[in-house]
Amino acid sequence: MSTGELTMHASRTARWARPLAALVITAALIATPYYFAPFRVFQLTMVLLYAVVLAGLNLLVGYGGQISLGHGAFFAVGAYTAAVMLDRFTTGHLATLPVAAAGCFLLGLGFGVPALRLRGLYLALVTLAFAVFLPPLLKRFEHVTGGSMGLTVPKPQPPSWTGLAEDQWLYFLTLTVAAVTLLVVRNLLRSRVGRALLAIRENESAAEVMGVRLSFHKALAFAWSAMFAGVAGCLYTWVIGFVSPDSFSLNLSITLLAGLVVGGLASVYGPLLGAAFVMYVPNLAQDISPAAPGVVFGLLIIAVMYLAPTGLAGLAARARQGVRRCVEHLRHTRRRPEPASPAEQTGPPQPEPQPLTAPPTIGKG
Amino acid sequence: MLTVDGITMRFGGITALDGVGFAVEQGTAVGLIGPNGAGKTTLFNCLTRRCTPDEGTVCYEGEDLLSLPPHAVAGHGIARTFQNLGLFQHLTVRENVMVGAHHRGRTGYLTAALRLPRVRREEARLRSLAEELLRRLDLADVADHPASGLPFGTLKRVELARALAVEPRLLLLDEPVNGLSHGEVEVFADLIRAVREDFDLTLVVVEHHMGFVMGLCDRVVCLDFGRTIADGPPEQVQRDPAVIEAYLGAAA
Ligand SMILES: Nc1ncnc2c1ncn2[C@@H]1O[C@H](COP(=O)(O)OP(=O)(O)OP(=O)(O)O)[C@@H](O)[C@H]1O
Ligand SMILES: [Mg+2]
Repeated sequence: MSTGELTMHASRTARWARPLAALVITAALIATPYYFAPFRVFQLTMVLLYAVVLAGLNLLVGYGGQISLGHGAFFAVGAYTAAVMLDRFTTGHLATLPVAAAGCFLLGLGFGVPALRLRGLYLALVTLAFAVFLPPLLKRFEHVTGGSMGLTVPKPQPPSWTGLAEDQWLYFLTLTVAAVTLLVVRNLLRSRVGRALLAIRENESAAEVMGVRLSFHKALAFAWSAMFAGVAGCLYTWVIGFVSPDSFSLNLSITLLAGLVVGGLASVYGPLLGAAFVMYVPNLAQDISPAAPGVVFGLLIIAVMYLAPTGLAGLAARARQGVRRCVEHLRHTRRRPEPASPAEQTGPPQPEPQPLTAPPTIGKG
Repeated sequence: MLTVDGITMRFGGITALDGVGFAVEQGTAVGLIGPNGAGKTTLFNCLTRRCTPDEGTVCYEGEDLLSLPPHAVAGHGIARTFQNLGLFQHLTVRENVMVGAHHRGRTGYLTAALRLPRVRREEARLRSLAEELLRRLDLADVADHPASGLPFGTLKRVELARALAVEPRLLLLDEPVNGLSHGEVEVFADLIRAVREDFDLTLVVVEHHMGFVMGLCDRVVCLDFGRTIADGPPEQVQRDPAVIEAYLGAAA
């Protein structure tokens, strides 16, 4: 079998494999809440909700190359925006989502614009300060936020025509928002602005010479990223029906960032895997060592980073590549027992060796 | 087209440029030579607004270049390459070139997020534009390969393609053939001559390779310790005692 045939065969496979996989995954996602117990459905809802924040954080950290230690605070602002609206006004749940999104977008812009004029770790520091200072602030304005006691608000109820239980309805709402989020992030990345962000991450000077406005793109990436955190926070209020300052400590911000890194920076599936990590691993750590869950959590992060420096998504990609290579190898050896043909070696071109004799130059002493 | 006048640039105690002045006529190729540390790259940095000189003016097509913000330089038809390759390592060759065309697109965050039809149209336009440059510079085969890991000679062409995607009228090349083998230099020189013709470019070229400079440039400016020490036709500058002195001094 020639390599040409092989690639043709592979591409033919790929053409129907992709839509089929998408179909299967969609069907599985829709069927999930009918097959699992309400508690499991709740957990999966939380995973989807965390995936929303992490997708936004990935835009900023993974693709934009900046660091935020305060996304838990934007998450909190989104959650409190929804909770206060539901507590004080009779707006209904749907209205809280755009308000939380817009509020966090503007807040992100407000934080981002001054911090981004300075370089490097300033943004990390400013966002860290925000995350530290928000919970006490929430406690302070007791008459609005309910202080340390927090606020208990009603959860969105499924319309009767759906025939769904509350947990199922929440799952579908979150699934919809998560799907839209992932799509939006993907769209951003596949465009001029996404390339500009990547270019900034790779080489600021070169990006600017190519006409990329650094401060504009950094500030907007930050604002969009804060907005997704706010959206996720709003979903949190819907799903949990309760907010309190202690749910949004600095710990949350750090767990989110750790989750993203463990899931895989700048990867499509990173936020989903990271979300599962954020949801399940702290509980797992609690089960393993009730006395010191933090230690177990930390060790697990170290273990993952040691075994998979590019995160779980990187590990998955490597595994897939390995399997594919194995399959191709088997196919080849079965049809033709000779050793690998040169046509098979279609790896990246190797760097040409540099000549030993320097080109004729002057003044290069 | 470009008039540099009395540019002085200090870094702490070092005076990298000291009252440099010269003019570049439309359609010409000007060579910028000088020993290491003479201030050639610093001059390019001033022209692309990477740094702002302490004194002096730069007039480009009748406009004060120094009043532009750094990101607006590309929009005015000025592109450059970098001395040590300023490529986006993890981006593919095609993406690198498409970033070069950044200022030729309009898509903002909201329209990109919604992927409106005009975003798709713009993507297709930028893509075909990049495709054309990649074919022209013989890079079509590596279009989907990340920039990192490609041979040095190829990367030099990628950087040239990215600069051409800016659609420049003035192209600044910082040591374009530095690090290329003897044979590669000839090929690259031919390539630059050809694209200069095709794209109607005005060139300023920093290069230590004298054969390359003499073969390409209509005029040569020599810097030494931030000062212009010679300015004229290539043969004349090459014979200039001050230039020979500067290079011998640097080599000693
Ligand atoms: N950002 C900077 N900060 C401090 N000093 C600088 C900076 N950029 C350049 N210099 C100094 O300015 C002087 C001129 O440097 P420049 O890079 O322009 O030289 P060059 O002519 O390009 O040399 P080469 O042939 O080695 O590339 C050097 O002494 C260098 O150390
Ligand atoms: Mg230099």
